[in-house]
Amino acid sequence: MTDYDPKDGLLKPDRPVGIVGYGAYVPRYRLPATEVSRMWKGGTGGTPIDEKAVNGLDEDVVTMSIEAARDALARAQIDPREIRAVWVGSESHPYAVKPSSTIVAEAIGAVPTTQAADWEFACKAGTEAMQAAMGFVGSGMAKYALSIGMDTAQGRPGDALEYTAAAGGAAILIGPGAESVALINGSFSFVTDTPDFWRREHANYPSHGDRFTGEPAYFKHVTGAAERLMELLGTTAADYRWAVFHQPNVKFPERAAKLLGFSKEQIAPGLLSGRIGNTYSGSTMIGLTAILDVAEPGDRILMVSYGSGAGSDAFDLVTTERLAEVRHLAPSTETYIARRTPIDYATYSRYREKLKLN
Amino acid sequence: MEVSRHWRLNQQRYALVGEVCPNCGVKLFPPRDVCLECEAPAKELYTFTGLGEVFSYTTIYDPPAGFEHNAPYMVALIKLEEGPMVTAQLTDVDFTDVQIGMPVEMVTRKLRTDGAEGMIVYGYKFRPLVGEEVTSG
Ligand SMILES: [Zn+2]
Repeated sequence: MTDYDPKDGLLKPDRPVGIVGYGAYVPRYRLPATEVSRMWKGGTGGTPIDEKAVNGLDEDVVTMSIEAARDALARAQIDPREIRAVWVGSESHPYAVKPSSTIVAEAIGAVPTTQAADWEFACKAGTEAMQAAMGFVGSGMAKYALSIGMDTAQGRPGDALEYTAAAGGAAILIGPGAESVALINGSFSFVTDTPDFWRREHANYPSHGDRFTGEPAYFKHVTGAAERLMELLGTTAADYRWAVFHQPNVKFPERAAKLLGFSKEQIAPGLLSGRIGNTYSGSTMIGLTAILDVAEPGDRILMVSYGSGAGSDAFDLVTTERLAEVRHLAPSTETYIARRTPIDYATYSRYREKLKLN
Repeated sequence: MEVSRHWRLNQQRYALVGEVCPNCGVKLFPPRDVCLECEAPAKELYTFTGLGEVFSYTTIYDPPAGFEHNAPYMVALIKLEEGPMVTAQLTDVDFTDVQIGMPVEMVTRKLRTDGAEGMIVYGYKFRPLVGEEVTSG
């Protein structure tokens, strides 16, 4: 049984749980940030990233989640009928009413004996589904539970977010510790009511409170969750081989790492935003998949998501021998990132359906 | 569009689920409940690997109603590795890169949407292998 006091806030089930399979997805198209700056700033000024990933005309959160989930299953090598929950976290579900998760569950062969739900909490909708999956599996109610963070994010044309709002994400299959490629030592959530970013129903684009996006929002919650988790588990930054933080741009996760005592080397493999942009609900989780692609057995990993509104979920993981045996069973995250077709602003406008045809 | 008809086709269309003949082992797609080879009843479900190659192809510039949104696009006859032929759109590919014999893999994508308020129909398409780009590159 447990040797911690639940009132301290450590999220750790009685039975060992971990990641038994993972899959990333990044669509093929890239919009260079210089295209946004050419369109709206006359090509002057700096850009927060190099380029962002853009989904094709026939892609949305459902299709992208299906591919990531199939890759996770390919690595886990389990019967999808043993999955008891399919949860999709996103802020760009294709339907306002009709779950993405049931379509994903049907496509991967998990229906009908499964729970299915769509999760929402700005950019941390996927990691809260991971925590719930830990509870499902750790209680013995389910052998496997699938959590997905995936988005096709949109920024208002000309807005600062247009440089970075991107498409992509990851699927993380949670299962018994004994079958894991990475054991989860524990998790911690840190949440307050903070008005940094929002989108009202029927609004196409989000709004943001400029003064609220940095210190009182991202940094307060990311460092708050990470520091408390490390305190509860008795660790310091030096105990981790790798770390990954939510990536709205490149600077924020770099600064969060520095504030917490992590080096640039520790965050390098999981820091993808410079090349794919901010994939919102997908951002932290796809960073984790890129780390799992290169980690060695026994590597300890700190992962911290961030969702506006606001909150962070922190996770402490350690990889197992099984990781090296299964990671080649699906395309690596780097493979998806390397599959790259640059597009100009006009093509981007068509792909993101910014043109009204009638 | 008829909602119930699409619902029955979900497994077949999302995941390339067909049938296998218990008598002679032939794989059937689409499912037809009777083996094409030996005429035995064949109702056992089989999920195709989704791997195949381009057998022939054409480019659609003047699409049927409901598909305008995607035009121009390519349609191909795909020979699945298990044997059957399927007709499907190609995606994530430059038209000039498509060749007969090109290895492809199944992906589930949006096929069409029934206007701004109607249902979104998902189904299989094929694209060049993503995994192979690593090993060859
Ligand atoms: Zn037969």
